[in-house]
Amino acid sequence: MVSQFVQLSVIGLANGAIFALAALGFALIYKSTGVINFAQGDFLSVGAYALYAGVATFGLHWSLGMLLAIAVAVVLALLVERLLLRPMIGESSIAVIMVTIGLSSMLQAVLLMLFGNAPRRMPRILPGGSIDLLGATIPVNRLVAIAIAAVVLGLFTVFFQRSRWGVAMRAVADDQPAALTMGISVPRVFAMAWALAGVSAVVGGLLVAELVGVSGTVAEFGLIVFPVVILGGLDSIKGTMVGGAVIGLLVQYTAGYVGGGLQQVIPFVVLVLILLVRPYGLFGEVRIERV
Amino acid sequence: MTPATGVFHRTYGSELRLRTTTAAQVRLVLAVVALVVAPFVITPYWMTVAIQVGIAAIGALGLNILTGFTGQISLGHGGFLAVGAYTSALLVTRLGLPTGVTVLAAIVVTAAVGALFGLPALRLKGLYLAIATLAAQQIILWVVRNTTWLTGGTGSVFVDYPTIAGFRFDNDFRWYWVVLACAAVATMVARNLFRVGIGRAFMAIRDQDIAAEAIGVNLTRYKVLAFAVSSGFAGLAGALTAHWTQIVTWERFTLSVSILYLAMIIVGGLSSIVGSLMGAAFMIIVPALLTQGAQSLEGSFLSRQLPAVELFVFGLVIVLFLIFEPRGLARMWQRTKDYLRLWPFRY
Repeated sequence: MVSQFVQLSVIGLANGAIFALAALGFALIYKSTGVINFAQGDFLSVGAYALYAGVATFGLHWSLGMLLAIAVAVVLALLVERLLLRPMIGESSIAVIMVTIGLSSMLQAVLLMLFGNAPRRMPRILPGGSIDLLGATIPVNRLVAIAIAAVVLGLFTVFFQRSRWGVAMRAVADDQPAALTMGISVPRVFAMAWALAGVSAVVGGLLVAELVGVSGTVAEFGLIVFPVVILGGLDSIKGTMVGGAVIGLLVQYTAGYVGGGLQQVIPFVVLVLILLVRPYGLFGEVRIERV
Repeated sequence: MTPATGVFHRTYGSELRLRTTTAAQVRLVLAVVALVVAPFVITPYWMTVAIQVGIAAIGALGLNILTGFTGQISLGHGGFLAVGAYTSALLVTRLGLPTGVTVLAAIVVTAAVGALFGLPALRLKGLYLAIATLAAQQIILWVVRNTTWLTGGTGSVFVDYPTIAGFRFDNDFRWYWVVLACAAVATMVARNLFRVGIGRAFMAIRDQDIAAEAIGVNLTRYKVLAFAVSSGFAGLAGALTAHWTQIVTWERFTLSVSILYLAMIIVGGLSSIVGSLMGAAFMIIVPALLTQGAQSLEGSFLSRQLPAVELFVFGLVIVLFLIFEPRGLARMWQRTKDYLRLWPFRY
């Protein structure tokens, strides 16, 4: 009993780490630019495939592969921000949502053209093997994944609290005109937010490639982002951590103890309940549009 | 000949007409003639495409009523189509009801389900509503996949072609007329909806919900009503798909279908009836053309990468329209008409 619980918890937290990193990119973009990025799952795919291309296709060392993937993701994110989202400033929310949906189709299509349909085998980067914990066999790479996500999310939190750029981004998120009058370049902050979202997508992509594998289904993580960010609060970094962990655990516990495919829908049921009761989530700013 | 300065009405009767100018009446006659002649001249492949366009037009009209005219974004249209398709198909196969009755039942049931999932719209709007309807889509499809005793789960429901009054609808030629008639009725209903109080209330909510409430529009009632009407159209489209294709499976109603319908109304033009029809035609015909192109260019890049190219073109069309012509094909058509009407003068 205990061993099953431990097993489910670790796997749930590891999946939650991926959710949290995907949600982090989403929250970064939403917080600074107000854009709902329906293409977040595809950024995760781009990260995973770029890493795969670097490590498996070009045979680079994993650290160089990471750098390559980060470069690809950041350039892509900057292009998207400049070419697609900049013209959308001031448009209705449906227009912005649809632009990112269009972008999502295009990214999926390009990945399909370059890498085809078949799942790819990623060379191991994280340490393999497994350890025994309270009678449960735990793969080491899951534990490492949880640690990586915790470190990255911690770094982002510090970045927002301490660094000049982080403070500028928070200022823009809080009040754009006021930030402008204080000499903060809002377009640069927007670009920065997208670039950081690209970086978090690569780290998420690394975890996905390790734990799930590289295939077209990676993009499906883009949908589970919504329960995570709504639970945690749309604009909160802390919220993405807690939301990712809670949703990851919930899915695993449902799969382990209830079964019957309920785990596929439980995040969305939670989503609806939160929207009904507390739409700004656990840590979000209470500034929701209501009628 | 229309005076370039506008259209003037001298009687109440003329003001109530839908098509006030000779040019508009001529265009209507031409369109009707083209639609009547078309099934006798087009190839079987394009006949299939034409029927798909007709069904999609009904669904797109429904979504435009909700998203374009009432301003409530919905990512759950695919789920509502599923409700319509399964309702009609199951009533025929399980209870043996006549198809005409089951289609009407599908419209009513889908409208009810739509109203239920429209309830979050009373408190949420914009992005939050988009996410809530996304959840609705996922939940409806999950229910469809997991209530095996009712829907056959991940399997399929097979329906035989319907026979109405001794007349069996068993080929595309006959179905063309059915779908054309349904699409025509749907278009007239949608067009006239916005000439009466209900439609005006919808548009008032879209433009400024608080102001709408201040002038006496009951927000609760009209928002739920907008979801119900929109879903009713989706129910009709879903039921027609079920009986025409004879098979209902959950894979036809995924999130990508909801997105396809949103793309139709964006490309066609939000808050435009004719735009919904144009958008539906555009988003169905372009992939059909790509498929034809791939068949004629055997071995080329297009035919090897057809699914990827289709997906890419789909995304590209949405993005380009949003950036360069956010008001869609309807606006382009309006500009063309204005240009021709005033020619050779600029204004």
